[in-house]
Amino acid sequence: MTAWCITWGNWGVGKLSALGKTTLFLLQTIACCLTPPIKGNRIVKQLWFIGWKSMPVICLTAAFTGMVLALQGHPILRRVGSEAFLGPFVDLALIRELGPVLAALMITGRAGSSLTAQIGIMRINDQIDALELMGLNPIRYLVAPNFIAMVIAMPLLSAIFDVIAIFGGYLVGVHVLGLNAGVYFGEMNNYTVFDDVLSGVYKSMTFGILIAWVCCYKGFNSRFGAEGVSTATTEAVVNASVLILVWDYLLGAFLP
Amino acid sequence: MIRIEDLHKSFDGQEVLRGVSLQVNPGEFVALIGMSGSGKSLLLRHIVRLIKPNSGRVLVDGHDVAQMPRAELEALRSRVGYVFQSGALFDSETVYDNVAFPLREKTRLGESEIRRKVMTELDLVGLKDAGAKYPAQLSGGMLKRVALARTLVRSPEIILFDEPTTGLDPIVVNSILELFAAAHQRLHLTGILVSHEIPEIFGIVQKIAMLYEGKIVAVEPPEALGTAANPILDQFVHGKLEGPLQYR
Repeated sequence: MTAWCITWGNWGVGKLSALGKTTLFLLQTIACCLTPPIKGNRIVKQLWFIGWKSMPVICLTAAFTGMVLALQGHPILRRVGSEAFLGPFVDLALIRELGPVLAALMITGRAGSSLTAQIGIMRINDQIDALELMGLNPIRYLVAPNFIAMVIAMPLLSAIFDVIAIFGGYLVGVHVLGLNAGVYFGEMNNYTVFDDVLSGVYKSMTFGILIAWVCCYKGFNSRFGAEGVSTATTEAVVNASVLILVWDYLLGAFLP
Repeated sequence: MIRIEDLHKSFDGQEVLRGVSLQVNPGEFVALIGMSGSGKSLLLRHIVRLIKPNSGRVLVDGHDVAQMPRAELEALRSRVGYVFQSGALFDSETVYDNVAFPLREKTRLGESEIRRKVMTELDLVGLKDAGAKYPAQLSGGMLKRVALARTLVRSPEIILFDEPTTGLDPIVVNSILELFAAAHQRLHLTGILVSHEIPEIFGIVQKIAMLYEGKIVAVEPPEALGTAANPILDQFVHGKLEGPLQYR
């Protein structure tokens, strides 16, 4: 019984300590994001890397997501005689849920994993220690620009995802399934309100924070050579992806 | 002056440093030798507070490094140059940008003045034509020389070398040690050099300190080594298989 208590006690203390370290890392990063000097050139560089270089994967995923939504949604709506609502169905599903979530998952895989590996390699090669010894705060220099870039890039990528996916849905709905183009876009206009758009923007911004937080933290705390970086990268992608889905549910439950 | 007093450090219950005491006087260059894994690099990291001790003190000019407030620590670090075993160059930056990095980030110098300083340092380490290359395109010896240039461009007062010549051929080792000696004379540096290059390092240091079983067991001037009083130091320096030094 005593051994059981010690084991679980140690486990609990370990988890609490890790949670504390992670939270401290987030708070330090936020402080660095909000106080000068802000590393503008690094933010632009990371925006290019996270945002622009993710465009192909975002566009491709978006197009097929919209097409699948239309393809699967149309027969279901037809069963209840509501195929005219295909536009709002595709549009609302994308703007409120699928756009931000799928874009975030794709960015986690493409940019988040890369951030973890990059920072992790800098950690194991003493480059982060070298930064510290030059009197630079590694969180301000390495993590804060990624944070800011991610918070800016995610809503934009999510918006691009939505637009392309809606056109993907249009292609299938109108040109393959024979729905009237005016009905597809007209009904969309009738059923979508600005709050739906705002909810997607808020979601994608918080997803950006989650991805940057988890991926940078894992990279920053990588240990034990190449295997350590590889483990950190895997954990970063898995943890960030799970957190995105859990956070999406919580936001869905509490946001209007 | 660097003064280390009764320093202890352990990891997961395993004590690596067991009461290290060492003094490096201003302008003095000390070689720190000892078996692999004996804690030499760990000791260097305490001097710039990359690691904090479990007990004991590291005093730089009389100030306890572990107790320094952040601003004082940054001021100390700006006076210290640290050459890592790996070089710790930034992979995504060219050689020129690596050397210019601390000047761009920590000074208000204009780009022309930075260029002048960087080219001077690259020239001193014999790499003025390698500015456009990336670290991945350099040999081991070139990497170490760039790392030295990046450290010296900040004009440090104290310099810490962590095995800067490991894995290099003897000619490159000697060329790098010559650069250290020249930098030491030119800048009147106080320094610690962790190295296994015996006897090559003896010509450039004033004292040799031997770390064994978590303690400094001998501090001798190089000229005393022929008649080394300390049997552990004597055995290690001469690579003798028999003696008091226990191999694990």
